[in-house]
Amino acid sequence: MRTLFEKVWDEHVVVPATDDTPSVLYIDLHIIHEVTTPQAFSMLRDRGLSVRRPDLTLATMDHSTPTTPVRTFKDLAVVGESAANQIRQMQQNCRDFGIDLLGFDSDRRGIVHVIGPELGATQPGKTIVCGDSHSSTHGAFGALAFGIGTTEVGHVLATQCLLQRRPKTLAVNVSGRLPAGVGAKDIILAVIGRIGVDGGTGHVIEYRGDAISALDMESRMTVCNMSIEGGARAGMIAPDDTTFEYLAGRPRVPRGETWDAALARWQELVTDEGATFDNEVSIDASSLEPMVTFGTNPGMVIGISEPVPDGGDDPSFRKALDYMQVMPGKPMTENDVDVVFIGSCTNGRLSDIEEAASILEGRQVADGVRMLVVPGSQQVKREAEARGLDRVITDAGAEWREAGCSMCIGMNGDIALPGQLSVSTSNRNFEGRQGIGARTVLASPATAAASAVRGKVADPRQLMNR
Amino acid sequence: MEAIKTFRSRTVVLPTRDIDTDQIIAARFLTTTTREGLGKSLFFDLRFDADGNERPEFPLNGPEARGADILVAGNNFGCGSSREHAPWALLDYGFRAVISTEIADIFRNNSLKNGLVPIVVPEDVHTWLVDNPGVEVEIDVEALSLTLPDGTTTTYPMDGFARHCLIEGLDQLGFLQQHDAAIEQFEKERPWTP
Repeated sequence: MRTLFEKVWDEHVVVPATDDTPSVLYIDLHIIHEVTTPQAFSMLRDRGLSVRRPDLTLATMDHSTPTTPVRTFKDLAVVGESAANQIRQMQQNCRDFGIDLLGFDSDRRGIVHVIGPELGATQPGKTIVCGDSHSSTHGAFGALAFGIGTTEVGHVLATQCLLQRRPKTLAVNVSGRLPAGVGAKDIILAVIGRIGVDGGTGHVIEYRGDAISALDMESRMTVCNMSIEGGARAGMIAPDDTTFEYLAGRPRVPRGETWDAALARWQELVTDEGATFDNEVSIDASSLEPMVTFGTNPGMVIGISEPVPDGGDDPSFRKALDYMQVMPGKPMTENDVDVVFIGSCTNGRLSDIEEAASILEGRQVADGVRMLVVPGSQQVKREAEARGLDRVITDAGAEWREAGCSMCIGMNGDIALPGQLSVSTSNRNFEGRQGIGARTVLASPATAAASAVRGKVADPRQLMNR
Repeated sequence: MEAIKTFRSRTVVLPTRDIDTDQIIAARFLTTTTREGLGKSLFFDLRFDADGNERPEFPLNGPEARGADILVAGNNFGCGSSREHAPWALLDYGFRAVISTEIADIFRNNSLKNGLVPIVVPEDVHTWLVDNPGVEVEIDVEALSLTLPDGTTTTYPMDGFARHCLIEGLDQLGFLQQHDAAIEQFEKERPWTP
């Protein structure tokens, strides 16, 4: 009897671990981007090595790229000289090592964790890594996916393998029916609030239960995406018909008999009845409300109607409240909003943009609020535009951009200013994450859009059911 | 990587919990294409105010922090982003070890691959180190032990292979490459490998 994680892990062990040495683990898909790879390619050059499996390497550019159109090199000027240089180096590295790059000339460019699933490159049972901690996103398909550092990026480029010790397992059981106006982002924020930002350290999470099975694929990706914010390198969900329907017909998914064979394998990827986890927690989805963070890590989170907790005399807690300029005992809805960001690998997919647009439709972004909507990929952008969502967004007074990580990480010039309060659908409310001195409140697309309209952190349920 | 067996140094203490890698090195410094010279960006927004002046209250700016190569930090140090720039910046600044009650997974992995020693100690040892900044301690990587000024010794956990690589100064890619034949065989035996 094995868990989903154990099945995927066992399938990829090339050389088993011993007391003295870790396992050699095979990697089925390596996704690379411009920020965490240059030093790895330099290492390959220094040692005269090649890329073992360029065909298993998916390359794009997302982190330091502009979210304004890039037609010539001159258009890169907006991100600054060093970011432009990094982008050019990525193009050169991919050319030199024979890797296809989904770059500015590709209509499939986008955030690493958005394009993998979109292309069907992300599949159940695969091992997937990327030099980016939100690689956990791909676990939504029953893949074992985790973030790695640049040295390990070099290891995978050179050998298609990693040295790994087997992590422990944590089951997160989410049961019950989600109330209206509450979604996947609220589930994962509640989970992190429950286990804490280090609750998953050393573990791979499996999200289970009827509330998880009821989610569509984009929502499952939102949940798995933030596993790392609970300290877990990976989060997984067993693939089911929802998964298979999502994948069928996508460009990199097998077809015909190969699809049938793949499907038969994928259907085995469930935790066997009676298999045990090292740890378990349970969450009742029916008791959740829209969640918002109040502090400087994703575990400092409350329901929209709850008061900011006091925290006693804990200096780390005090420091966080001071930075955020929020008052214990008062709800977050009393805080004025300066910036709203919809996007990122957490919430930059079509359903997220639809959710935000449904709140914005026929309304205006409040005076003094800047709202930025950044699709997770050029494909998401096209699909949103085909549905007219870009018009809803711009008519409301928000900005509609090209795909990229944008204000989630604030390294391409899309930033919030010192002291500004940003309600953001991204994944990290760390100090300075969205710009020096910027204060971030993490929330769902509905909550973020409602906050843009109200000009204060807002409960989206008050703007629904028109 | 240089072999690391034992060293002694004074400590500098950042008692805050959950210091993430964005605080260790902010994203705006990640547009570099090399791993050198990142020490000047370490903890930048904690070290300097908006005008670029040192914040005197920040522990790394105190005179006693000069030459202190061991960072004692609050629980769950290095959480968040996988950026290897975090250990690169700490090493370039001069740190050789980080001590906490818990160190985040990816940061710990990245540290081990670069010769920054991640040390997890029990709560009582940690509390003593936080309450006594600037003490000189000895770190023995071979014995996986930490010796306090009064001679008390505590051991810390580390994967045997990671320890071996640190004390021999080996990098792990060489070990992976030794398994080339097994990797090739694995690829052949899995017809569904994409």
